[in-house]
Amino acid sequence: MSLRSPLGKVRGLGSAKEGVIHWWAQRMTAVALIPLLIWFVASIAAMAGADYGAFREWIATPVVSVLLVLMTIAVFHHAQLGLQVVLEDYVHTEWLKIAAIALVKFAAIGLAIASIFSIVKIALG
Amino acid sequence: MAEFTLPANSKIREGKTWPAPEGAKNTKTFRIYRWNGDDGKTPQVDTYEVDMDDCGPMVLDAVIKIKNEVDSTLTFRRSCREGVCGSCAMNIDGTNTLACTKYIDDVKDDVKVYPLPHMPVVKDLVPDLTQVYAQYRSIEPWLKSDTQPTPGKERLQSPEERKKLDGMWECILCFCCSTSCPSYWWNGDRYLGPAILLQANRWIQDSRDEATGERLDELEDPFRLYRCHTIMNCTKTCPKDLNPAKAIGEIKQAMVARR
Repeated sequence: MSLRSPLGKVRGLGSAKEGVIHWWAQRMTAVALIPLLIWFVASIAAMAGADYGAFREWIATPVVSVLLVLMTIAVFHHAQLGLQVVLEDYVHTEWLKIAAIALVKFAAIGLAIASIFSIVKIALG
Repeated sequence: MAEFTLPANSKIREGKTWPAPEGAKNTKTFRIYRWNGDDGKTPQVDTYEVDMDDCGPMVLDAVIKIKNEVDSTLTFRRSCREGVCGSCAMNIDGTNTLACTKYIDDVKDDVKVYPLPHMPVVKDLVPDLTQVYAQYRSIEPWLKSDTQPTPGKERLQSPEERKKLDGMWECILCFCCSTSCPSYWWNGDRYLGPAILLQANRWIQDSRDEATGERLDELEDPFRLYRCHTIMNCTKTCPKDLNPAKAIGEIKQAMVARR
């Protein structure tokens, strides 16, 4: 039970004075992903049936490696920003929320670095 | 976690049926949510058959008729009966709206009447608005200005500046929008909701107000403002045809513009 006034409850701990960067980054990565994903899907479709060697060769092309690294960064940044919002919406147990968000962020960083490392490894032979 | 099922004490039972008076030819069935904190029972839905040949055209007319002539225990808020006070906001036929401006004929089947969703219920159709009123108070909805107007004169505003307030000053704080918003359902304790954010924007856009920055500071928060995911239920349900989603968009734009 709480006898705190309704206004006191609503004011709570005050404004966090953040959230714009998160919101703006989510929009910007979304915009960046429009051309990147169209290019990626079209390229993969065009190479349907090609063998392992042909794909390695394609990834090693400088323009392709750079675009793939950019897409990887945008995808994982966008994904972890979005998942964080979903968890904040629905998980109301404080420790579970923090743990779940941390897990998502660690996973996004790990997977992004693994992807970028693979692309660079192929690109530099 | 967010709760998606009703707690046991909120499960709704079938209630009493009140048949239409004898000889009534043109009847409409109203199914109305009933709950009070006194009898210890779970909520129930009562069925009232109303003679439409002896009733006004609006849902509020029927609800008032039921209270006056059939069942005086039915409890609801109403005042102006013409859509300017916001008291009779309720969930009618699955949509939050004002009972006084909702035509009974617009509802094809039985008219289902429930209180505004996801608010604590005081009794029957009366929701507890303590929290939304406190949230309204928290955005300090009054003009803040350090510049004193010329004594005896009003604070001037150009026609273009005044135009920015159109679509916001008309809000009657009925809270149909906030109580239709899933984000407000799940996080209403921290998210301010569309009604309050529209009011906040009404002061942010006011050219006479000098506290715009402080107002934005207070709103810049992952929960207070950014729980809005542009679901648009607010705009769809607004009985005054206002656009709270657009107002929230303007606040988000201002947040980016001042960076």
